[in-house]
Amino acid sequence: MTCLVVADHSNTDIRPSTFCAITAAKQIGGDIHVLVAGKGCAGAAQAAAKIAGVSKVKVADADAYAHSLAEPTANLIISIAAEYSHILSAATTTGKNVLPRVAALLDVAQLSDISAVKSADTFIRPIYAGNAMATVQSKDAKKVITVRTSTFDKAPATGGSAAVENVNAAADPGLSTFVGQELSKSERPELTSAKIVVSGGRGMGSGENFKIIEALADKLGAAVGASRAAVDAGYVPNDYQVGQTGKIVAPELYVAVGISGAIQHLAGMKDSKVIVAINRDPEAPIFQVADYGVVGDLFQLVPEMTKGLG
Amino acid sequence: MKVLVAVKRVVDFNVKVRVKADQTGVELANVKMSMNPFDEIAVEEAVRMKEAGKATEIIAVSMGPAACQETIRTALAMGADRGILVQTDAELQPLAVAKLLKAIVAKENPQLVVLGKQAIDDDSNQTGQMLAALLGWPQGTFASKVALDGGKAAVTREVDGGLETVSLTLPCIVTTDLRLNEPRYASLPNIMKAKKKPIETIAPDALGVDVAPRLVTLRVEEPAKRKGGTKLPDIPTLIDKLRNEAKVL
Ligand SMILES: Cc1cc2nc3c(=O)[nH]c(=O)nc-3n(C[C@H](O)[C@H](O)[C@H](O)COP(=O)(O)OP(=O)(O)OC[C@H]3O[C@@H](n4cnc5c(N)ncnc54)[C@H](O)[C@@H]3O)c2cc1C
Ligand SMILES: Nc1ncnc2c1ncn2[C@@H]1O[C@H](COP(=O)(O)O)[C@@H](O)[C@H]1O
Repeated sequence: MTCLVVADHSNTDIRPSTFCAITAAKQIGGDIHVLVAGKGCAGAAQAAAKIAGVSKVKVADADAYAHSLAEPTANLIISIAAEYSHILSAATTTGKNVLPRVAALLDVAQLSDISAVKSADTFIRPIYAGNAMATVQSKDAKKVITVRTSTFDKAPATGGSAAVENVNAAADPGLSTFVGQELSKSERPELTSAKIVVSGGRGMGSGENFKIIEALADKLGAAVGASRAAVDAGYVPNDYQVGQTGKIVAPELYVAVGISGAIQHLAGMKDSKVIVAINRDPEAPIFQVADYGVVGDLFQLVPEMTKGLG
Repeated sequence: MKVLVAVKRVVDFNVKVRVKADQTGVELANVKMSMNPFDEIAVEEAVRMKEAGKATEIIAVSMGPAACQETIRTALAMGADRGILVQTDAELQPLAVAKLLKAIVAKENPQLVVLGKQAIDDDSNQTGQMLAALLGWPQGTFASKVALDGGKAAVTREVDGGLETVSLTLPCIVTTDLRLNEPRYASLPNIMKAKKKPIETIAPDALGVDVAPRLVTLRVEEPAKRKGGTKLPDIPTLIDKLRNEAKVL
């Protein structure tokens, strides 16, 4: 039994989500190989080789993989799939884009967003926005899996010394090209791996008002998140969205400000260790999941909290 | 250009589902059902393409029990031209849905298939990507903008770091994200008109597709409950609790 973990990386480094996928692979058992497909990705490959528990790193360095396009990347994975019993990746937008394509090409089902490993063929995954947890068993010979990163610890970044091996690029179907990107720039920690997250909702009223969320986040060394309503209203970029159909987070501390607590939002943050809610409506559902709630006007309470933290 | 849109009938997004006592699934009796919200966005996008003169015909496809007729009618009322129901009471998993859609694509020859990025019941986020793989077509998933030009589609995608744009050769697959558009409400005259639009019903067998599930659900349970609900009088108390009780600061 050998697991292949498809790495999410920046060419120079491995993204935190991949370390969680490696932990899931460890729980499945057997050897663990990591695939780094990119362009100029030797740095990421070296970093992958040091991760504890990884026995081999496969590197495909070619123009076709520069932007993780689904079509060539899926073909690459298929070209080496014969060796593997399990193919995993983190349930990031990259993993979610590529792995179902791999599963279909292998004629197997995909297990999406698993939150626990019961055995090599049985997993737990949330359904209905996390209102139910399904235990599912795969009958396929190969398992293709995306991993919910918020429920698996990160594998240690050091302690391993895996062999690094080149793989040939697979045929590129040439059906898609990368045109450009607009990435949100932030000095703050990344949302899905931050220890503290401060999120704002529709109650913020404007993008300008998010400044008070940012000031609190900076005082706490936190990442900034948002509800769908805040993203739809254009207060913050799309990649801030926490929830069923956005990012899933489980920090030590989650502060929800001006967020009502719709099931779709709760689905993305209810596994946080400690939840704080600030909302002027004492009946807001967010208070039912909050360990600590403060009822009142956020425009007064949030700056007071920032100041009170000294 | 023909556009195919996949519409799934799911538990309405406002319903908080309950797990059945025997742990075999969730309670679906007497629960409000609706079109998957991402599929409403898919239908809306196709209708806008038709209004802009880019699409000539929109076919709404749903798979599942007879009641999926309603979901197709909703799509027809929004502006789709005709419907196809692949009718079965069997459990359909994403790979099976993708295979059925592939068979319909072979019959209809659309240049574009639009699906939701995710069904809000199974939360799989797979079907569009699988269909693209089975057809050997390119995919633009999690789309917040689609621009058709000549034989290409420029798709702006919502990704973890922000936005990314890819250019796809037609025919292609697009899956919708929340910001792609705001779906319209069907007007009463359009709801009436939709009643006369044709819906063809086909059995999975007739499409030559084996829909047997590959994943077996052994058990469905309630998630761990949180003990929330504590309200504090003011911010100093909150800071004190975070420091000295929860010890997260
Ligand atoms: C298919 C689908 C997918 C979805 N996916 C997601 C998702 O991934 N993530 C997500 O978040 N949502 C998602 N939603 C949307 C979700 O259903 C809710 O609409 C959304 O979460 C509401 O955002 P909100 O809490 O910011 O806004 P509202 O529900 O409008 O709540 C605003 C809150 O702010 C409070 N408030 C206002 N002013 C103040 C003030 N001055 N001081 C203090 N409090 C104040 C109000 O009391 C209220 O509770 C999805 C919906 C659908 C249909
Ligand atoms: N039974 C179905 N009938 C029609 N479309 C479906 C069905 N199942 C999935 N789809 C389509 O595939 C998308 C993604 O579903 P999923 O992969 O299950 O999350 C949905 O938004 C629909 O567009």
